[in-house]
Amino acid sequence: MDAFLLSRLQFALNISFHILFPTITMAMGWFLFYFKMRSNISGHPVWMRMYRFWVRVFALSFALGVVSGVTMSFQFGTNWPGFMEKVGNVAGPLLGYEVLTAFFLEATFLGIMLFGIRRVPNWLHTTSTLIVALGTTTSAFWILALNSWMQTPQGFEVVDGVVYATNWKEIIFNPSFPYRFVHMMLASGLTASFLIAGLSAYRMLKGDDKLAPKLALKTATYTAAVLIPLQIFAGDMHGLNTLEHQPQKVAAMEGLWETTEGAPLLLFAIPDEEGRENYFEIPIPYAASLILTHELKGEIKGLNEFEGEHPPVAPVFYGFRVMVGMGMLMLAVSWLGSIYLMRNRSFPVWLKRTFAGMAFSGWVATLAGWYVTEIGRQPYLVSGVLKTTDAVTQLPPSNIAISFALYAVIYSGLLIAYIGTLMLMCRRAVEIEEITTEEREIAKAKMSPNNNPVTV
Amino acid sequence: MFEHVSPEMLGNIYVGLLGLSVLLYAILDGYDLGVGVLIPPRTEAFRDDMIASIGPYWDANETWLVLAVGLLLIAFPEAHSEVLQTLYLPATFMLLGLILRGVAFDFRAKVVQVNKRKWDLVFKYGSLLTTLFQGYMLGIYVTGLRTDLWAQGFAVLAALGVTAAYAFIGSCWLILKTEGELQQKAYYWAKRGLGILALGIVSVSIANLSLHEEVRDLWLSAPWGFMLFAIPVTCFALLTLCGVLLKKLPRSDGKGEWLPFFIALLVFLLCFTAFAISYYPYIIPGQMMISDALSDASSLRFLLVGVVVVVPVILAYTVMVYKIFSGKSEKLSYY
Repeated sequence: MDAFLLSRLQFALNISFHILFPTITMAMGWFLFYFKMRSNISGHPVWMRMYRFWVRVFALSFALGVVSGVTMSFQFGTNWPGFMEKVGNVAGPLLGYEVLTAFFLEATFLGIMLFGIRRVPNWLHTTSTLIVALGTTTSAFWILALNSWMQTPQGFEVVDGVVYATNWKEIIFNPSFPYRFVHMMLASGLTASFLIAGLSAYRMLKGDDKLAPKLALKTATYTAAVLIPLQIFAGDMHGLNTLEHQPQKVAAMEGLWETTEGAPLLLFAIPDEEGRENYFEIPIPYAASLILTHELKGEIKGLNEFEGEHPPVAPVFYGFRVMVGMGMLMLAVSWLGSIYLMRNRSFPVWLKRTFAGMAFSGWVATLAGWYVTEIGRQPYLVSGVLKTTDAVTQLPPSNIAISFALYAVIYSGLLIAYIGTLMLMCRRAVEIEEITTEEREIAKAKMSPNNNPVTV
Repeated sequence: MFEHVSPEMLGNIYVGLLGLSVLLYAILDGYDLGVGVLIPPRTEAFRDDMIASIGPYWDANETWLVLAVGLLLIAFPEAHSEVLQTLYLPATFMLLGLILRGVAFDFRAKVVQVNKRKWDLVFKYGSLLTTLFQGYMLGIYVTGLRTDLWAQGFAVLAALGVTAAYAFIGSCWLILKTEGELQQKAYYWAKRGLGILALGIVSVSIANLSLHEEVRDLWLSAPWGFMLFAIPVTCFALLTLCGVLLKKLPRSDGKGEWLPFFIALLVFLLCFTAFAISYYPYIIPGQMMISDALSDASSLRFLLVGVVVVVPVILAYTVMVYKIFSGKSEKLSYY
């Protein structure tokens, strides 16, 4: 294997592993802020119990995100030196702003969130929770600005083969950025919702009949039920934006070889790039044209218009179907769950099992979606500006093979440990998460007739 | 904004920022890596308290490394790719060490008792892997990215030196943050570490003089050399003072427990200053000048706005967090 393939595999491995954790923490930060606010307003100790359980999940996920993120900051230089040589003048400051405005904020205030509750006034603890949520969102803002610029670059000029920034507003708010940012934030919201709902359902299946998991399950199910239609809408808008700026990616997503008026939507097919045709198509006539152009006879450009300049078809085609399929499943499950909650106020066992089984479904959809958009950008690293082959390192392949193998081993181990630990935390919570003395004091004070105000 | 700032000035500003991040990283993550290296495999109570002492800080400490590498990438991209491609495998091992210790810190608190010790060991040896390879990378970097046998020898020396320095500042941190038996142990570690550190500084300094002619000329010439000599003299005065202090402490009233850490901090600062004076204006010693590696001035000006606004804020809330968690660390509990 050559340095190019190995570098791509390693980068794909690293960023796939990395994105799992920010996808959880970005939205979970907001969930925690919500729990904390509910606790502040109602004073009911259950909200703080939920906070305590989920802040530990947050901390573990955050740590995994940090350490795999540090690795990323090294890899730009080690494996893709051509990237910074060519577009560093744009990419550099965006990454710099991410570190400065987000990373320090998250890491520092997380310390207060986790360890500071007895050391700082309550308002500062609440504010720290808010700041961490804002920090993770800010981080997403900058990195998605850079990623979107790589998809739809503008606001620059090329002098002697090097990209120079001319307009930072255009660079940051490039055409695909608003869509990608919303799409990703919603993806994070759904991932966190299904994780919270799934693990809460798992706790209940293990015999936990306390209030905290019931309330968490309810909150997360309703959140997912609200977010999923928004996500489908946002995804559709994102698709239209992609059609405008990266039609070859859409053609690959649809598995459309020839430019067609009234293109069908393929529920399934096996695209064959050599023969430039599909096998075993299950089409819905006109549907792709209807969705993408809002006309039955709308024209969609096919892959043959972009021969040599379009991405590998199969991974984009399948990735898209996995993402959409998972989205539909999420819609069905979250709405079904909401109906049960509204009618019966509880779940039957089979539905709890379904939710528990879908605890990590957000990961599948998010990864599939990222593969669609990132592989869909190939053969370019920066659309129309820099080809991926021109950015790769000259390092000896054996060195990259060693590092790739080591990362693969460690990341698989960590992924198993992560999932195992979350499940262990759930099983333990069944027994240990009882009312603390502090809460008992508050409860007592509230019930006692001469109601002395309690300072906490 | 900053249209009037010349590229030379920008180069100096960014190299200054890079220096600040590296120094803060070495001090801050230095002590928590040092605590990690010192983790005793057999005494669980110590391990809990030691890890509790760095709990609220380690995440933010590590971020200084991201900033340092980020600044190198952003302001001096050629140097970044040159350094990290040459040091590809050591950097990979260092990163694996960082990954292992970072996650071990969180896993250890959440797993069943039998697995806790395993994660503690992962934490210890992950930290050790990190410090050794950071030192090794520093060594190779200082030689100007040479890979011959002499340079390798120097790098191994630097690996041990950096590990000793981190272990020393880590034990000083424990003196500051812990009590009782563990604090006694920390005093013992600090005394041992101090000797090894002094030895390390001497040998690295002498070896350093043999590497680059320009550096030798600078340090051994009149009148500059004499003035510069104040740095090693002060450094050794401080280390001696620290040795005396470590014998006198602990006092029953707990006064002066912050002094060893403060002295360690000054020693780090002095070593860093000597290093900076030796190699300025190179971004890679003897190989690449700051001005040759600098990226486009207008992009750096754009980022400078953020730097000027945000860096003071970062420093302010970092100080705030250290104030909030000042005093002896509490028993380990998450929330």
